[in-house]
Amino acid sequence: MNEIIGYIFIVAGVIFDFFGCLGLVRLPDLYNRLQAATKSVTLGTCGIMFGVFIITGWSASGIKALLIILFLLLTAPTAAHALARGAHKSGVKLWEKSVCDKYEEDKTK
Amino acid sequence: MRFLRWLIGLIILAAILIWIFIHPFGFLVRCLYILLLCSFLCLFRILGGPTAADRAVSVDILGILIVGFCAILCLATGRPWYLDIGIAWALQSFIGVLALSKYLEGRSFDE
Repeated sequence: MNEIIGYIFIVAGVIFDFFGCLGLVRLPDLYNRLQAATKSVTLGTCGIMFGVFIITGWSASGIKALLIILFLLLTAPTAAHALARGAHKSGVKLWEKSVCDKYEEDKTK
Repeated sequence: MRFLRWLIGLIILAAILIWIFIHPFGFLVRCLYILLLCSFLCLFRILGGPTAADRAVSVDILGILIVGFCAILCLATGRPWYLDIGIAWALQSFIGVLALSKYLEGRSFDE
């Protein structure tokens, strides 16, 4: 029973990973790609880790999987934020159909 | 032309997915192959990204994908030390991406 629930979590995680990478290839702009890929790939990998935790239970592997979930949830948004800030400062243009750029407005204010 | 490129990519992706689901693999091996396909999509973006920031984003995503790959490999082979590789890879990837974003921002590393 535990294995079936864990496999369901792993399948959901792999599907999220696949669609995140599809967004990384498909979307037109750096910021669109960043926001599609980072969120869904982080959630997908956390799903895989939670499936591993459910399958292996409270053993050493399961606790390591929980530790990886905590660490990914802390670091992945930080890395994405730093990348978006660095890209904006290095002068990467937005897509021409984007509607607003609040960071640029804040800088010129 | 743009529509043609889109169609060729869709056909290649569908062919690989159908091959994965027709071939008699085990369940976890199918998950590993789909993650391998995701890694190749990231490598495609690294090859064709117009700016350096695109490549940095792609390296970040590739690092997170490899952590999930290590977890499924731990289940598929029954060797628990693959999760240790996952922890170490997540740490190194985070530090590397922070250094890359500092470099993109145009400041020196000790600031």
